Parts: sequence; C-alpha cells; structure tokens
Amino acid sequence: MKKALEKRKPMTLAQKILAHKLSVPYLEPGELIEVPVDLTLANDITAPLAIKIFEETCMNRVFDPEKIALVMDHFTPNKDIKSAEQVRICREFAKRYGIKHYYEGGVCGIEHALLPELGLVAPGDIVIGADSHTCTYGALGAFATGVGSTDLAAAWITGKTWFKVPETIRFVYYGKLRPWVTGKDLILYTIGDIGVDGALYKAMEFVGVAVKSLSLADRFTMANMAIEAGGKVGLMEVDHKTLKFLKNRLSKEPTIFKVDILAPCEDVREYDVSQIDLVVALPHLPSNVKKVIDLPQKIYIDQVVIGSCTNGRYEDLAMAAKILKGRRVNPNVRCIIIPATPEIYRTALRKGLINTFLEAGAIVSPPTCGPCLGGHMGILAKGEKAVATTNRNFVGRMGHPESEVYLSGPAVAAASAVLGYIGTPEELGLKAKEN
Amino acid sequence: MLKGKAWKFGDNIDTDVIIPARYLNTTDPAELAKHCMEDADPDFPKKVKKGDIIVAGRNFGCGSSREHAPIAIKASGVSCVIAESFARIFYRNAFNTGLLIIECPEAVRETETGDLLEVDIEKGEIRNKTKKKLFKFKPIPEFMRNILDDGGLIPHIMKKFQASCNI
Repeated sequence: MKKALEKRKPMTLAQKILAHKLSVPYLEPGELIEVPVDLTLANDITAPLAIKIFEETCMNRVFDPEKIALVMDHFTPNKDIKSAEQVRICREFAKRYGIKHYYEGGVCGIEHALLPELGLVAPGDIVIGADSHTCTYGALGAFATGVGSTDLAAAWITGKTWFKVPETIRFVYYGKLRPWVTGKDLILYTIGDIGVDGALYKAMEFVGVAVKSLSLADRFTMANMAIEAGGKVGLMEVDHKTLKFLKNRLSKEPTIFKVDILAPCEDVREYDVSQIDLVVALPHLPSNVKKVIDLPQKIYIDQVVIGSCTNGRYEDLAMAAKILKGRRVNPNVRCIIIPATPEIYRTALRKGLINTFLEAGAIVSPPTCGPCLGGHMGILAKGEKAVATTNRNFVGRMGHPESEVYLSGPAVAAASAVLGYIGTPEELGLKAKEN
Repeated sequence: MLKGKAWKFGDNIDTDVIIPARYLNTTDPAELAKHCMEDADPDFPKKVKKGDIIVAGRNFGCGSSREHAPIAIKASGVSCVIAESFARIFYRNAFNTGLLIIECPEAVRETETGDLLEVDIEKGEIRNKTKKKLFKFKPIPEFMRNILDDGGLIPHIMKKFQASCNI
C-alpha cells in the first residue's frame, strides 16, 4: 500500500534502475536491498582471490557461467612468474566452470574498455566488478560499481548482491567546451571542486547539454573517475549516441531510463564548461587540480603515459595523434601509448595513428593496465615525474614512492611529451580548433 | 574488548599506500602483511604489534577495490581501524573479510600515535587510556552485524545454502 502511494514520487537514475530490477515502483535512498546482478567481473589481480574464496565454500557450480567475465589485463602480458601463476589459476577456473567470457592474450583488452565494446553491458544492467573502475559503465546507463573479491565470490554463488540505495548528487554541465578540453578535464575539475570524498557512498548523476555533446569515449572517462570522488556509481542518461555505440554490439534489449530533474538530490552542482580550461591533477591526489596555464613554474617530466581504462580509447589516441603528427617526442621523455583493446589498436593502425606515434618516437604498448598501477611496462624511478592520462596519482602509484604522477587528458599528455614539460597544445603553436 | 597502541595516519590513506600494487602478484596474507602501509611508513610492518589499532582521518581505504588491503592490515596484527570516514569499497571489504572498522571522528581527532586505546564493540565505546577520554561510536547496523556474527560474508551465505562442507 505504501509502495502504491509512492508510485509517482520522482526518482534519480540510480533509484530507477534498482527499483526496476526489484519490480517495485519506488525505492527510498538509504534502503538496504538485495538485487540480482547481470554481470560480474574480475581481473588477474582480484579474480585469484575471489576464486580462492569461492573454492573454500566447496560449491561445485557458479550461478551463471555467462554472467561472469574474467579479464586478464593488469599484469599481462604476464610480467613475472607469480603473475603468470595468478593467470593460470583464472584460466583453469574458467575451464572448470565453463566461464564464457574469459579473456587473455590477443583477444584481451583493458576490462572497462573491452566489456562495453563486446556488448556485455546493457543500459539498465546491474554490474559488480572486483575493480574500482567498474563504475565506468554508468556512461551506458548501467548501475555498475566496484566491490571486493569476497563480494564477488558471494555473487558467483547467489547471483545477487546487497546495496544501500544511494543518495544522489547531480552534476549539471552546460555551455560549449573549449578547444582541446575533454571529459577528462571536466571530471578532474569536478573532483577538484568536491574533493576525493565529495561523493562518498553517493550516486553521481552527470547531466546537461555539455554531457550530451560528449562522445561515448569522453562519457566513459567521466563515469570511470566517479570513484575518484568516492562515488558508488557515475550515471548518465542513454541517448542516440549511446544507442549508436551499442548497435551491432549488444545481444540483449536495453532498459532505458530518463533523468528526472524533479527527483530530490542531496546536492546539485552546476558547471559552465566554457569556463573550464585544460587541467592537471598534481601529486598525490586526483583532487589536487590546477589549470595547466596557472602552473607557477615549468615542471619537467621523464615519462608520458597515454592509455588506461580512463583514456585509452580511440578518440583519446586520435587527439594525441593530432598533436604528435609531424613532431618528435622530447629526447628526455619516454612516451608510452597504450591502446586499451585490440579493436582500438586495429582501428588506430588502420587510420595511421600507430605510424604517427612511431614516427614521433613514442612507444606503442599492447593493451594492458601496466604502468597505471605501477605494475609493469613503464615504472618510474626515484624522483621521476610522469604525465599520465590515467586515474590515480597516489604515492607510489606508478613506481617508486618518491616518483610523481600528474593526471591529465590526452591533449596535455601529448603536448607535454613533445615539450618535455607539462604544457598545452597551444605552446606547440597548434591553433585552437574544435575537438 | 580490544586493547592496543594507536598508529595515527592522515586523511585519504589509499589502498596503494596500504598495500602497493607491486606486491599484488600474491594473495598470501603473511606475504602481504610484510608490506602493509610501507609507502606511508616504511618501518610500519616491523613496528606494528598484535592488537594495535590504526587511527586515521577521512576517506580511509580510498582507491582500488583490492581486498588485499584489509587482508594485509588484518594479517599485520592490527585489531581494528578507527577513522573519521571510510571509502565505500574498503568499508564493504573490511566487513566481508572480518576486519573491524569504526567511524568515530572525535576519537580520531583526540588520539596520537602511541596512545593506548580500548574498544568495546558491544557498548560502542572507545577509551583513550593515555588521554583518559571516552568516545562513543554509532552501533554497527544489524544486517552488518549478522554478517560479522556468521564470521564474514561467505559463511553467512553458506549458512543459507547449507553447504555440505565445513567452513
């Protein structure tokens, strides 16, 4: 009866997805619920622990072998014997339980770029992943969030997980983007505004004409970093661009929800994106955001990384190529470019980007998370500085505890690779043009 | 009743500091414990004693979802983490792996490294014996206590499934 009366109460995207999944007309923020999951994922770091936990239970089956994705992307191609053993544990588990979506080797890419590309995440889905950047799929209108290996192992048994229905903070972006400014700048600016725990336990709802103007790649970048503000999910409304991206990929019907601006939110923050410049997050927090042009002195760098689940998509590489074309990477800099998936790699190859990178003196790596988390393929020595399009600049994140990571979008990263210090494309004489 | 010496840390202690990714090629708790908190304090793994308590500021455990973080803390002998707030994935992981965590900003503000603390989970009290002060914390929600009472999330679920093996 109570539920029926509440039927017309407006809900945020997070509430709508969860309520629909439970077939109830309304859910109140703060309610504890148990929901079925549409996809669970883990990688070569978190899956072995989940497998160990799962096997301790003596269960002889998983809830649904088609709803488990195992992506061997972090320390692969296997960086050492221990990592190779971890992957072997995953491979054998996948075989034993008939896990359909096991990815390793040449078909493997960075999980949060790969799974949407393969059509494994649909709008309206509930996804949990033993990886904090699982919130990336919010760009597709999926309630997707990171969990630990125990939560994941539990879901492999029951097919369900528990959530507290989150409060929502709505972020409204309006205006026209400045040249070279991307979704990365918008999300770094936002994290700089609200802090690394500004959305702790909350759903972030990204709305507004500026969000609609973004490519799916940029939307993934923004949703990806919701966790960097402490957010549970980073949700966006599905539109014609989302559906175009999903066309010929998705094998199931999407469930589409519209943003309801009447739905009560804990806070609403508005940003005029025409006022947002190219930014970097200085060590050692993603919220330590400064305009590149406001840096008090030249920060000379040793390495640039363009890639990761945040910024390793084709559009990111294309922007880097625009800047690197006909130029040379500074002799003091190692510029490492990491296409996030084999499909992105192939497209980049076909369109001549890989050649541009190699001619510029950049290193092109196979798809891997690698240096983003200080795994391999570009580790920093003591005192070294890197500009990276990745998501975290914590102490020791890319190597030695006394190394430094500066987070940026692809334009600043590529320009810095040529300049040898943190700078903008304008400093290379590149004319301001539309992205 | 838990009793231990406090080790104080600041805000936003992230999972890369709790257990750096370079050690994540294993899931062995003892191995992980050897490197617990070492990027914040290289000698912490050597100095920490069984029963000691980590006291930290806001957003403890932010960053990655690695469950290796609460596992490393627990295996290092730490009995409980008291913080002003916790990052949400770490919060779940701690309960799921049986690491007691308590949100109590007042206790954090008034505690320094070396203080002797006593924690009474039932009463929801933290006693700083060195400073002679008492702090109250919010009781743990019932559904979370059920998970803890069953010994963690997996035994909690297995109870429902009535699995044949003993865990």
